[in-house]
Amino acid sequence: MPKLILYIFRDILRNKIVIALSIFLFAVSFVLFNLEENSSKAMLSILNMALIITPLISMIFAAIHYYNSYEFIELMLAQPISRKKILSSEFFALGLALSVALLAGLGLPLIIYQSGIDGIWLLTTTIPLAWSCIAIAFAITVNIRDKAKGIGTVLLLWFYLSLIYDGLILFTMFSLSDYPLEKITLGLIALNPIDLARVSIMLKMDVSALMGYTGALYKHFFGSVYGFAFTFGILLLWIIVPLFIAHHSFQKKDI
Amino acid sequence: MKWSSNPKYSLPYILFFCTLFKTSAFAGRIDVYPLNKNLEIKEAIAKAINGDSIFIHSGLYRENNILITKSIHLIGVGNPVIDGEHNNVTITISGRNITLSGITIQNSGHSAMNDIAGIRCIDASDIHIIQNKVLNCHFGIHVSNSEDILIQNNEVVGTPGAEQNTGNGIHLWKCNRAKIFSNYITGHRDGIYFEFVTHSIIQDNKSYTNIRYGLHFMFSHNDQYLCNEFRENGAGVAVMYSKNVTMEENLFYKNWGASAYGILLKDITDSKIEKNHFFENTVGIHFEGTSRLKILRNEFISNGWAMKVQASCSENHFNNNNFLANSFDVATNGSLVLNTFTNNYWDKYEGYDLNKDGIGDIPYYPVSLYSIIVEQFPGTMILLRSILINFLDKAEKAIPSLTPENLKDFQPRINKNTL
Repeated sequence: MPKLILYIFRDILRNKIVIALSIFLFAVSFVLFNLEENSSKAMLSILNMALIITPLISMIFAAIHYYNSYEFIELMLAQPISRKKILSSEFFALGLALSVALLAGLGLPLIIYQSGIDGIWLLTTTIPLAWSCIAIAFAITVNIRDKAKGIGTVLLLWFYLSLIYDGLILFTMFSLSDYPLEKITLGLIALNPIDLARVSIMLKMDVSALMGYTGALYKHFFGSVYGFAFTFGILLLWIIVPLFIAHHSFQKKDI
Repeated sequence: MKWSSNPKYSLPYILFFCTLFKTSAFAGRIDVYPLNKNLEIKEAIAKAINGDSIFIHSGLYRENNILITKSIHLIGVGNPVIDGEHNNVTITISGRNITLSGITIQNSGHSAMNDIAGIRCIDASDIHIIQNKVLNCHFGIHVSNSEDILIQNNEVVGTPGAEQNTGNGIHLWKCNRAKIFSNYITGHRDGIYFEFVTHSIIQDNKSYTNIRYGLHFMFSHNDQYLCNEFRENGAGVAVMYSKNVTMEENLFYKNWGASAYGILLKDITDSKIEKNHFFENTVGIHFEGTSRLKILRNEFISNGWAMKVQASCSENHFNNNNFLANSFDVATNGSLVLNTFTNNYWDKYEGYDLNKDGIGDIPYYPVSLYSIIVEQFPGTMILLRSILINFLDKAEKAIPSLTPENLKDFQPRINKNTL
């Protein structure tokens, strides 16, 4: 399996899209740090970019990669390698490639401009987020044979997770504002990996604001060791569960 | 020299010298040592006359309920410690022209009924309390109904307990012309407490980690507080029901909590807030029922809300302030705006300056749609920095509908104001 991962990893790098992504992230963060006089504002812009770009690129790239390597997968299936190993290799190779891209594209500027603990936190949450987006994309693409339909669904899901879902939370809070919703919101946040990553980063960066009113409750929860374990535990679940679904479907699939 | 040994001659001499001594400009000096069983501080005070200095030498004195009513100076030599043994007020000053300096006073009594303090001044004037340490007392320095008080370079360290069982660090009630300079106060309920105190100055003090307010200020007119540092207090600083207050060059840092403010202003009129720094507070300044205030050249950095201006405020002028990296610049609770904002620098401003005069050509609206949503539904705070919220704010900026239309900076600066 390591050999297979390495092979796919090399194949992805040859594709140059990952390198382009890395250069793009690096350039944007570099420019942001240079243009903004206070680095915390630059950090905010980078956070916004990371939260939009990372899930989008990870999902779309994973979907396209899966469809493009369909013939390769077929070839591999003819070999005495289990289906589980083939899909896992695809997943890990993609995850590795995107992690390297994020580390180089976001990590380097963050280190160069000494963004401190905020920067490290941004990286440690965006990388699991990327892995979970890849897993989600796999869970969809394995089940949809048609390429256009598959990519379309992935795009739609990205749109739902990053925009519509927050709208629904906002709507719920508006319409049920008479009820104590704080704990329920915590649950709702956990149902969306992008929200979960955002909240955990935001708690590091906007602590003063969050200390007010209900913010204190969120801070108490997410700021504690328990909350830390909760955030990463749920993010891990968001990797494992979609991956499990993908494996399950891939196992039964008639290729 | 036979004459001196003769009592017949010497008595008039002695009497003469005594009268000379008593009426002379030289004040008497009394020394107190810790091991001197014959002379306690209380006895020394009883023996002293107006203008005398009592030198208390280093060591531990277990005394309480010391009462000073004469115009004398109590001066510590080599940091003597007076231990009140948790019994009532340690030192009470009630007179005029009294100095207390260089003494450590510790362990006063505690009471929920009476204002028990390490140093207590009552009905006094011209009092100097300088370079003392007041440790583990209920109230640190408690002054009431007094005039011309100087409290300088003292260190007041309390033992924080429950809010209702802990006294204030430096507490002034009904005083006039007080000067509170360069003190360090921590671990009390309120660091510095002013009630009915007029024409006074609070300067260069450091008030850290007190349970409630770093400075609590009520019904106190014509006062100034300058160059103080208020750090990590439970609820920041509260200034209420006062007029003609000047607040300059103070630092408000990390006052965090659900009801913590850099400054909480309630019913303040005709006052000035200038050149202060607000750094990492939940709310920089909270305005409620204030009028005719001038808020000039302040710096707000990394606060949750830089300012909350309630609709009950009128004729306040916000000029030449800098707003940097705050989660929200301004929040309000209504649509009525009777205040003016000009020439402030807002780091979130996205306008342009075509004629290069350093002033943006389109006004800046410091109240975002999201800050209004959060004000009404605090739980939505969880959506901070969400992409959806960014879109909503952008849309509201383009077509304002819910944000108060008159709350705007007509002349936002392109570059930071120099303070």
